[in-house]
Amino acid sequence: MLKVRNLEAGYGKLRVLKRISMHIDPGEIVTIIGANGAGKTTLLHTISGLVKVSSGEILFKNNDLRRITPEKTVAAGCSLVPEGRLVFSTMTVEENLILGGYILAKKKKGAVDDEICRVYELFPVLKERARQLAGTLSGGEQQMLAMGRALMAKPSLIMMDEPSTGLAPLIVKSIFKVIQQLREEGNTVLLVEQNAKAALGIADRGYVLETGKIILQGVADDLLQNRDVQRAYLGREMDE
Amino acid sequence: MYWEESRECMNREDLEQLQLERLQSTIYRVATHVPFYRKRFKEIGLDPDGFRSLGELSSLPFTVKDDLRQNYPYGLFAVPLRDVVRIHSSSGTTGMATVVGYTRNDIKNWSNLVARVLTAAGVTKDDVIQIAFGYGLFTGGFGLHYGAERLGASVIPISSGNTKRQIQIMQDFKTTALVCTPSYALMIADTMLDMGINVNGLSLKWGLFGAEPWSEAMRTEINNKLNITATDNYGLSEVMGPGVAGECLECNGLHINEDHFLFEIINPNTLKPVEPGEVGELVVTTLTKEAFPVIRYRTRDLTRLITEPCGCGRTNYRMTRILGRTDDMLIIKGVNVFPTQIENVLFEIEGTEPHYRIVVERENHQDKATVLVEVVESIFFDEMKKQRQLVDKIKKQLASELGVSVDVKLVEEKTLERFEGKGQRVIDKREL
Repeated sequence: MLKVRNLEAGYGKLRVLKRISMHIDPGEIVTIIGANGAGKTTLLHTISGLVKVSSGEILFKNNDLRRITPEKTVAAGCSLVPEGRLVFSTMTVEENLILGGYILAKKKKGAVDDEICRVYELFPVLKERARQLAGTLSGGEQQMLAMGRALMAKPSLIMMDEPSTGLAPLIVKSIFKVIQQLREEGNTVLLVEQNAKAALGIADRGYVLETGKIILQGVADDLLQNRDVQRAYLGREMDE
Repeated sequence: MYWEESRECMNREDLEQLQLERLQSTIYRVATHVPFYRKRFKEIGLDPDGFRSLGELSSLPFTVKDDLRQNYPYGLFAVPLRDVVRIHSSSGTTGMATVVGYTRNDIKNWSNLVARVLTAAGVTKDDVIQIAFGYGLFTGGFGLHYGAERLGASVIPISSGNTKRQIQIMQDFKTTALVCTPSYALMIADTMLDMGINVNGLSLKWGLFGAEPWSEAMRTEINNKLNITATDNYGLSEVMGPGVAGECLECNGLHINEDHFLFEIINPNTLKPVEPGEVGELVVTTLTKEAFPVIRYRTRDLTRLITEPCGCGRTNYRMTRILGRTDDMLIIKGVNVFPTQIENVLFEIEGTEPHYRIVVERENHQDKATVLVEVVESIFFDEMKKQRQLVDKIKKQLASELGVSVDVKLVEEKTLERFEGKGQRVIDKREL
């Protein structure tokens, strides 16, 4: 579905991503783990078209995403759930969702409403809060709203940037459950996480990003077993 | 039947993406963790972060057996010893021993890849599998053992030797799959014959043979004598052990586990890649090994890649059975000739015996090769014309197989010296 080859990108003269190669097959949950500042968010932003590509390739369903604007990336079926949710806090929950479905509005009448129903099914709590201002929601609910908003565009690939940030462990658990549920419904998920253990726990495969480079990749279970990953990201010491 | 359909039947483009990702991370790891590779890369001015496509593979340096010896025992390990859960070693019959290591993940992958090979060869979890490879430092026994367990078959870890006991257990335990070297399979068959055991009374169905080169003729003989379907599988401890490649039931070449190993075929003299489909030396790069990754390891084994689709549905390319060792290779008029090629031609021609000699001389600065072939006695009683026809036929077929013309002389049965074990069939009289 998504193929990234030798991707390099950065800000001004600062090269953040160094020769990144990765891919996602349909129906997979793939996670990118790494420390703060490793380049995880930059990678998602580059795929989304928010950061310019310096070199390399991004193929999404065989379309070249390199020179495409963020809105066209969404139209192509690739949506981002940004870090820190970034919901429109002065708008209601439902208005947030309608905005997320803006590309559907042009296509077919009633499509937006159908999609809102689907999102409410997935996140019943959002239905309860439909008329509430998004800014009044709890952190976990805002995360669900951000995910719901991204799903409104009916993406074939949904990219999530640190969905667990700032959430209580119990809420994180339920968010990750939803991600698994999304996959069971046939969605494909690219999950960027600092919480390596939780992310590898639900992912099929993973990539380890360190100072802009992918230093390890593999099946999620293998990465959980890898001693370097354990030492660096799972907080397990060698004398375990 | 596939063990991991999503990996064995990948489309080429997806496979190459996966190979590139894995290769890039392997290069990063060896450059970071193995001083030998770091030094090598530096010597040739190779930037490990600059590697961008599989096409650049030939820019990487080769690794040879001697590199392993010089770094004996742990010099080429890419992880600290505390992460290693298994150590194997080659016997060192051709010099000092070499040592390889495995992490927990390596063992897991190894088991899985052997399970693929077993599945391709017909074995399922319902089989009773007798593993008559030596258990120990040699990778054969444990490799097949873990793969068969992973598959869920009932494993009899009998190890090698004590042929009568092998046969007893084969009968009593109702073994359905036999794993050993092809020559040992024949020995078991012959011993059964001597003991007067009816092969049809056995439960044996499958035979997975490897760890030494064998031929199509030998396969036919084993199949007939043991009434089984025999398949070939390939691996070497420097790369992992068994599980690198294995035949499916089409019995026409060994599927390579290309998502874990990158294969190249090179000309052993020029070290350049051969034309697609040509015979040459197999060079293997590991893509997932953690403890003991190798970059472009020269196996000294001769084979050829088969890229045509296979009837079994697997898309992984195949290699032919091992055609010989580079050490046996002859160069006649600049053309690489392998004794096994000659053997194959002779095997196809009626009236010849599978005994031959190749004599290479130099006349007027030109290479001249003569193949001495034993023929059945009756040929010598025939008219000269028939003898001439046979010589012409052999010459013609050899020329087309080898790509260089050679002389042929017929000799009587049992006039060429016989060998026990590895024979010396080439007499090179050239003074170079």
